[in-house]
Amino acid sequence: MITADSRPKLARGVRLQIDRVRGGFNLLAPEHVLRVNASSAAILELCDGQRSLADIVDVLASRYAVDRGRIEREASALIDDLVTRRLVERP
Amino acid sequence: MTAPAPFALLAELTHRCPLACPYCSNPLELDRKADELATADWIRVFEQAAALGILQLHLSGGEPAARHDLVELVAAAAQLGLYTNLITSGIGLDKARLSELAQAGLDHVQLSVQDVGAANADRIAGLRGSHQRKRDFAAWVIDAGLPLTVNAVLHRGNIASMSALVDEVIAMGAGRVELAHAQYYGWAARNREALMPDLADALAAREQLPALRERTARDITIDYVPPDHFARYPKPCMNGWGRQSLNVTPRGLVLPCHAAQSIPGLSFWSVREHALDEIWHGSPAFAAFRGTDWMVEPCRSCDRREIDFGGCRCQAMALTGDARNTDPVCVLSPFHDRVEQLTTAPRHDSYVMRGRPPRTPDRTLSPPERDDADDVEAQRPAPAR
Ligand code: SF4
Ligand code: SF4
Repeated sequence: MITADSRPKLARGVRLQIDRVRGGFNLLAPEHVLRVNASSAAILELCDGQRSLADIVDVLASRYAVDRGRIEREASALIDDLVTRRLVERP
Repeated sequence: MTAPAPFALLAELTHRCPLACPYCSNPLELDRKADELATADWIRVFEQAAALGILQLHLSGGEPAARHDLVELVAAAAQLGLYTNLITSGIGLDKARLSELAQAGLDHVQLSVQDVGAANADRIAGLRGSHQRKRDFAAWVIDAGLPLTVNAVLHRGNIASMSALVDEVIAMGAGRVELAHAQYYGWAARNREALMPDLADALAAREQLPALRERTARDITIDYVPPDHFARYPKPCMNGWGRQSLNVTPRGLVLPCHAAQSIPGLSFWSVREHALDEIWHGSPAFAAFRGTDWMVEPCRSCDRREIDFGGCRCQAMALTGDARNTDPVCVLSPFHDRVEQLTTAPRHDSYVMRGRPPRTPDRTLSPPERDDADDVEAQRPAPAR
């Protein structure tokens, strides 16, 4: 499980990219494409290995008028899921 | 029927290859260097692919490094935002060229490995010294900061070393390994009796897998492609014919599947004459087995028809003589006994190597003598997908 001070980042070889044909975003990995929606993409864009989960939640809470607790739950669930799929690392 | 946008394109840049693997799934008749698409043709194909919605580009062959324009091609693909994966034997790419590829924007490298020990690995690859070269190459990939997947085709000749092979791949620094049982397309069909494991060995490999995954979970992801001849139901053909991906051959024919040229009567359009979106939506070869309308019984009324799409068209063709038939791997196929005949057929251990005349099965194997990667008509396998 991710904690507030983990600093998640996309795993090596994984890229987040806008999809100009289908709309939305994709996480591109070797032999793997995961379609992601805009709110997940906003979280993943901030997963640079520098920012902690707490920082990421701060940025998003100031950017969108959404409850901090909700953002935190959403971000942790997403990151945990992607860690299991080895698309995100939390060193 | 209109098709959604495809995700992946396999660009078979060339059929030239320094190796001679007995399980090569490329066709018996290889495209010649003189017939290969030019640099500008490939770049146009990549542009059309990106516009069509392709996200992943697999650069394959043959050995893609045999193309002198490989760096230029990778740079063009990367600029288009394509996720670019190089599928290589590791032979013919030196450290300097590899770092040029990394700088050009290559995303990922997939290296084929034949076995753990150099002696047997070189025997399978048909090239002495190839295994050590692959080890060196893997180290360069890691040095270049590129993610590495190792692909190993499993068969009679190496299935016993599956677990040791995974350890070797971890030592090479790969984050992912594909253990894919041999399939019998193209050249590989000639070596079926020398490649197909005994039932007991296939089952042992499957049973070993969970413990192997658990033991190595911290170090590596294992993707396993089971041997379909021993399964109840067939593999889902490309996740549906003409549904997610396409293949371009060295001379520019666009195929729904790597082995599709083994099906007589399909007409394939060329990127020399048609744009990729025209081909995807309009080529008769793509329309032939798209969806489920083409199916015959038992697939036509089967609940699994959208799960496995009736299995493999090429296998149905090869074993029943009609590509529309249910893949005979399926226990429901009226031709299933033909698969049983194959799985119980006597085996042997000598290969018909690519690029050389067939030899009688009881002769022992010696590595071919060749050093000119450019002009040899030898072939490494296509990736297991
Ligand atoms: S009958 Fe056809 S659709 Fe049904 S399981 Fe067999 S191959 Fe698949
Ligand atoms: S027809 Fe067979 S060989 Fe071709 S993609 Fe489908 S499963 Fe693979």
